[in-house]
Amino acid sequence: MTKFSSISAHAISLPDDDVDTDIIYPARFLLITEREGLARYAFADRVSNGDKRIGADHSAPILIAGRNFGCGSSREHAVWALAALGVKVILAPSFGEIFRTNCANNGILAGIVAESRIAMLRMAADASEQLLVDLTSQTVSCKGEGVPFMIGEAERESLLNGWNETTRILSLYAQNIAHFEQNQRAEAPWLWASEAQKEYN
Amino acid sequence: MYEKLWNSHVVAGDPAGRALIYIDKHLLHEVSTPQSFELLRTNNLRLHRPATQLAVADHAVPTRVRTLPLPPGLAHDQVALLEANCTEFGIELLPLEDSRQGIVHVISPEQGFTLPGITLVCGDSHTATHGAFGALAFGIGASECGTVMATQCLWQNRAKTMRVKFNGILQPGVSTKDLILALIGKIGAAGASGHVIEFAGSVITAASMEARMSLCNMAIEAGSRTGLIAPDDTTFNYLHGRPRAPEGSLWDDAITAWRKLPSEPDAQFDQELTIDSSNIGPQVTWGTSPDQVGAIDAPVPDSSGGSSTEKARAYMGIEAGRPLEGLPIDYAFIGSCTNGRIEDLRAAAAVIRGRKVASGVTALVVPGSGEVKAQAESEGLDTIFRAAGFEWHNSGCSLCVAMNGDLIPPGQRCVSTSNRNFEGRQGPGARTHLASPATVTASAIAGCLADIRKTV
Repeated sequence: MTKFSSISAHAISLPDDDVDTDIIYPARFLLITEREGLARYAFADRVSNGDKRIGADHSAPILIAGRNFGCGSSREHAVWALAALGVKVILAPSFGEIFRTNCANNGILAGIVAESRIAMLRMAADASEQLLVDLTSQTVSCKGEGVPFMIGEAERESLLNGWNETTRILSLYAQNIAHFEQNQRAEAPWLWASEAQKEYN
Repeated sequence: MYEKLWNSHVVAGDPAGRALIYIDKHLLHEVSTPQSFELLRTNNLRLHRPATQLAVADHAVPTRVRTLPLPPGLAHDQVALLEANCTEFGIELLPLEDSRQGIVHVISPEQGFTLPGITLVCGDSHTATHGAFGALAFGIGASECGTVMATQCLWQNRAKTMRVKFNGILQPGVSTKDLILALIGKIGAAGASGHVIEFAGSVITAASMEARMSLCNMAIEAGSRTGLIAPDDTTFNYLHGRPRAPEGSLWDDAITAWRKLPSEPDAQFDQELTIDSSNIGPQVTWGTSPDQVGAIDAPVPDSSGGSSTEKARAYMGIEAGRPLEGLPIDYAFIGSCTNGRIEDLRAAAAVIRGRKVASGVTALVVPGSGEVKAQAESEGLDTIFRAAGFEWHNSGCSLCVAMNGDLIPPGQRCVSTSNRNFEGRQGPGARTHLASPATVTASAIAGCLADIRKTV
């Protein structure tokens, strides 16, 4: 995954609360089995209904979203579609939990900004001003005025280093996993019955 | 109970305070895994424990006509890709022609794949369903599915805990679907965010596994990835003799371990809520978020509910101040991982009593699995539904996610036993009202949203 440290860019404000992943990526496009090139499906139904605040033809690297952004379905397509729009940072008062993890796994920064501080960011976005998002200091600033954002320590480190969580687990924790499995086999053998049977045969 | 499940699955910790949690079982379906398999291929990784994985196609499959092979198209290709991936990586797949095929969250308990005390994940947010068995079960993204396949582990932050006790006596016609909708309405769509919900209380103790699953299924609609219910004799009786449940002495050992899972009497929770279920009437959603819900005879909120209320009412085409009861409907849907189990179909069929679906209403029953369908047919439920004018479908997700060709046309109104009333969830511009199987059936017959208490 590519490393992320800071970005200076324009933002879009989408203040609606509870924007679910069905809105971000309508279900009927889930039949697509690729993860690239999904930009035109992002917010597709809203766009076709005349809501063109964000979509294939209008986007920005920073999205200032509303409460509980990305709630609902676990579909990672929502994150891939946003990534295809060029979104690199999403700042909101809160996120759907699965969505937030999906962001981290795709190198997108999902940061939590206090409700009381987000109005300033929305105004800056609406005025087409540049925002500077800095992951090291965990601040987003506009014209020198900074607002802090929160992100999990582990997500932060992973983004800064561009880690691949899967291969990282295998290279660092293979021993721990083997040890755990040995114990579980002894304590909960019913979870290993089919494998034990196979080995016996 | 959460603490016990958590502690028994910690593989390692990291300086950031997370734990590497061991994942005992993984359910796969056609929609969320193509990219996960790709992740394995790209990184040249093997599957860590094939025996812990079980795959089935459910989201994309047609339910109206199930002629095999599927007709050419994206759904065909997606299911074929799942089959090819499972063959390549040695994962067991329950094929479409198999009576065990169905919605992941219906078939896994049915086959005894879901067990108390385990961690279980699936690339689907309704994985919380399996918490009804005392399993730590949660939905994950496609990248995480790949991580689980390769490592059998996921990094997790420990959640806070919330216990919700449902006490009291249920009103006639009221089910656990009404209870969970009422809870979501009370605490909000993000009300349990960051928390694991443990459901308890006399109503839960008395509830069947099917009813418990409907409840845990919608934990995500309150923002929680996980719902939990303590395993008890109801759980064990449900699982005993199921194809993948432990057998012989292993069953006895498992029961001994499972009896230690429930929370201790003095367990502490970060939040506690006690609800008198006697006060909960049949619930129906009026908006585009599951927390925009109320009793069927309560007035729809006015604009004092804020801009999201107004926006939702506009999308739904509903005036403020009127009750939902009497609102004309075009479609009625019975099915989904929330309410597509045998008990749900029995509850729906029992409401019919020789009456017919109102003219102008299209009503569908989509069993949650081939086994549910077969069981219903052996009880003659299909005959009751068909005689009343309901369509009788093959198993799958169908109108809950509307990606298999089953669709509600723009502006049309559907009363549905599914779990999400989001904008466009049942098709672009479709209007969805979530309710229990009994309420959906009564409404299909009345031609408008109906109060089940007036017909039972």
